[in-house]
Amino acid sequence: MSHAHDNHAHDHHDDHHEHHHKDTFITKYIFSIDHKMIAKQYLLTGIFMGIIGVGMSLLFRLQLAWPEQSFKVFSFFLGEKMAPEGVMTNEAYLSLITIHGTIMVFFVLTAALSGTFSNLLIPLQLGARDMASGFLNMISYWLFFLSSVIMVISLFVESGPASAGWTIYPPLSALPQAIAGSGLGMTLWLVSMAVFIAASLMGSLNYIVTVINLRTKGMTMTRMPLTIWAFFITAVIGVISFPVLLSAALLLIMDRSFGTSFFLSDIYLAGEVLNYQGGSPVLFEHLFWFLGHPEVYIILLPALGITSEVIATNARKPIFGYRAMIMSILAIAFLSTIVWGHHMFVSGMNPFLGSVFTFTTLLIAIPSAVKAFNYITTLWKGNLQLNPAMLFSIGLVSTFITGGLTGIILGDSTLDINVHDTYFVVAHFHLVMGISALYGMFAGIYHWYPKMFGRMLNKNLGYVHFWVTAVCAYGVFFPMHFIGMAGLPRRYYTNTNFPLFDDLQDVNVIITVFALVGGVFQLVFIYNFFSSIFYGKKTVQNPWRSNTLEWTAPIEHIHGNWPGEIPEVHRWPYDYSKPGHDEDFVPQNVPMKPGEEVLHH
Amino acid sequence: MTSLLVLLVLVLLSVALWQLTKIFDLTQVGKQSDNTQIADDNDNKVNGYLLFGFLGFIYLITIFCIVNYGGLPLMSNSASVHGKDVDQLMWISMILIFIVQTITQALLHYFGFKYRGRTGQVATYFSDNNKLEFIWSSIPALVLAVLIFFGLYSWTDIMFVNEKEEKPIVIEVYAQQFKWTARYAGDDNVLGKANVRLIEGINTLGVDLADPNAQDDIVTDELHLPKGKKVVFKIRSQDVLHSFYMPHFRAQMNCVPGMVTQFAFTPSLTTSEMRDTKEMTEKVANINKIREAKSKQLVAEGKTALDPYQFDFLLLCNKICGSSHYNMQMKVVVESEADYNKWLKEKTKLVQSVKTAVAEEVAAKLAESNPAKIDTTSVKKDTTLVAEAPTKQ
Repeated sequence: MSHAHDNHAHDHHDDHHEHHHKDTFITKYIFSIDHKMIAKQYLLTGIFMGIIGVGMSLLFRLQLAWPEQSFKVFSFFLGEKMAPEGVMTNEAYLSLITIHGTIMVFFVLTAALSGTFSNLLIPLQLGARDMASGFLNMISYWLFFLSSVIMVISLFVESGPASAGWTIYPPLSALPQAIAGSGLGMTLWLVSMAVFIAASLMGSLNYIVTVINLRTKGMTMTRMPLTIWAFFITAVIGVISFPVLLSAALLLIMDRSFGTSFFLSDIYLAGEVLNYQGGSPVLFEHLFWFLGHPEVYIILLPALGITSEVIATNARKPIFGYRAMIMSILAIAFLSTIVWGHHMFVSGMNPFLGSVFTFTTLLIAIPSAVKAFNYITTLWKGNLQLNPAMLFSIGLVSTFITGGLTGIILGDSTLDINVHDTYFVVAHFHLVMGISALYGMFAGIYHWYPKMFGRMLNKNLGYVHFWVTAVCAYGVFFPMHFIGMAGLPRRYYTNTNFPLFDDLQDVNVIITVFALVGGVFQLVFIYNFFSSIFYGKKTVQNPWRSNTLEWTAPIEHIHGNWPGEIPEVHRWPYDYSKPGHDEDFVPQNVPMKPGEEVLHH
Repeated sequence: MTSLLVLLVLVLLSVALWQLTKIFDLTQVGKQSDNTQIADDNDNKVNGYLLFGFLGFIYLITIFCIVNYGGLPLMSNSASVHGKDVDQLMWISMILIFIVQTITQALLHYFGFKYRGRTGQVATYFSDNNKLEFIWSSIPALVLAVLIFFGLYSWTDIMFVNEKEEKPIVIEVYAQQFKWTARYAGDDNVLGKANVRLIEGINTLGVDLADPNAQDDIVTDELHLPKGKKVVFKIRSQDVLHSFYMPHFRAQMNCVPGMVTQFAFTPSLTTSEMRDTKEMTEKVANINKIREAKSKQLVAEGKTALDPYQFDFLLLCNKICGSSHYNMQMKVVVESEADYNKWLKEKTKLVQSVKTAVAEEVAAKLAESNPAKIDTTSVKKDTTLVAEAPTKQ
């Protein structure tokens, strides 16, 4: 970006920009190439998709608690075909869990979380005028939007949306004879994902290039906030692993539409032998999880990055072990690409591979433990400002520990034999990546809302939102471990069809009640979010008294972020409560005092 | 009834929301002028206490779940020999997890409460300590090394089957959309070759009937196992992925179309012994209590009551396989070796069943076209037909 911005530029209101940028409504709000606007677009699309995804989970939780009962909501949302007389059909159930998983994993926690905060924060915290390529960034968002539209359209096709589980294992996902959802619904799913991957790659490449090339003067790699480190490494993992999913999706499309046999072999279905020979579904599993596992960290690392920043700011303390945090991000990123086989211990692959993957998987617990301990130590002897963002960050550390610990069981091939694909797994990954990443996203929204919209979110609504969500999240997923350990397989339409699991039914009811309450209380957030855009309290420039560069930019959004010169960086971002300073924070652009000591970084 | 409940829940929710907002508003009394939406000392105090309370909530929900649902998990009374090792490792890991969980959550939430912000309080500038980092990377590393070692030892023990030396009983388990079938290898303990391309008529598993090893194979729709003998399951699927899951035996393996997977274990309890274990009698009694209550309701609605439940081992499908995935099981019976042999002896061999079926079919056809000429020659002809059947493919 140019240095053409004069000091007076930001004094003008939104609608007075014409004299140096010809901003029409379309270029400003729709096909914008400004990273701040694109971040907001990602966030709004993500919230919309999140409402669909969470709403679906509430519907199937109703079915699980009161199986095959008639509900008016089912008739209303699913219609007569998927819920005749208000009773959800088993195929509709499978569709709902499939699309819930897909939307939450990819559209909300990958695109909306990374997309929003990478776009917003990378240029602002690095002191850059914009992303390396604003145009690519715009294309990235619109491809993501297109893939969202295709995914939503797939919900309305006649044969039903994809229903082979979000992991879309063939042959089930490849053969419409096997399940109705594998017809047009699956085709749209695959097309949507292919477009999504293109969007994700463009975004990731942009983030990487920006971080490497556009850091302002003085912003060395070891002076970058941990948010940027997390976004940067996340983008690297994305670039490495998403293309593998793309190839898996393409091969699956060929198997489905052109009669190839990459993943299919020796199939007898609906009274006839199909022509496939020599393919292997296990190959698909390898390809899928080669993305699928790093995907967990693509989701989680940005949340951890956001948390690092929010905890340090609100604890008024430097993040403990800055270098150890970077090292653990790097270690997690590296290990995450060599542990995918732990999803496949009982897939029929050579058991020796199982041993190798057990080893690498349990190793990943070490950097994760380091991160958790560092967060806890950061709180120690702090001066904690318990803003909603801070509470969500503490909540994240809590669910990250609870969910992460059960990973020790699932990562151990011997123990995985009996809990693989049960509700124990569902409880584990929802806590460790689902809820944790959502908390990270909420923390980010509460923390950077003033930066995005120039207004504050209502803190009391924020507190209500956090506490109810925190209680309900544990209420939902803690008991779920126990029904999983009792052997109840996931993706069962009902567990009361045969008597073995009858005694788990009351647990299912409790889980659903917590889920409903938690789900309904998200409306508090939605209300707070949208009403504050218009009626929120106007923010001051640096409401959280934070060190990072985004708070040195004016509240009013301008192209290029800073009027005049971009700030120069003189110190790391965690000089909170540093002895020898009057204030308890020293922004990165404040020069070192003569003789000031550089402490531990 | 349900709509009433839903309505009630919604009303209570809105009341709760209203009250909660009020509480938080009340904490602001006397500070109306300070409307920055940034946490002040009072917010820090309230939420600090709530964090401490939340620690209590985590402990309570843990205790509640263990007391009420602690009996559900399958962590003891496994019905297979290797199950004991699995359970032991599970217990060790679980206890470890609970200790770490209890301590770390306590530290996290207690610090949140203890160091809640107050005006004038100054945080300690403490940014790094290599010794601490070393301690908390090496302790998990050591503990995990032990777990990995133990886990891998058991894993190798379970997964690697030496069929030549151990001579386990070979049984094929065959999965298809929403049904399990078993095939016993017969006296020679070798399964005949099979492929889905050979499926025809009642030979639903596609067994190669010309294969000498297939001549004594027996197909059943119930799985019987002898107690104390190692069994190796050869697992096939004809259509999509399924998963062979027997939670009580700590056994699971996916069924993959196009390849044969395997899992081996030794049953250590017969079905009736399992029914008599303390855990199982309690579990079944509890399930029957639930079913009785349900039956009462059903009878009141004019429907038939549920049968009382008697425990049986089940083989479940544990990989999403289609619309009726939730309803794909097979009964598994573990019995003494003598009973097992007796049961198996009474079963007809597949080849024999196919012969009879083809004979019946041909006879029926002949009877249709030429009712007068039914004689023994036609039956003789059938046997050749059977032999030719597979080669036709």
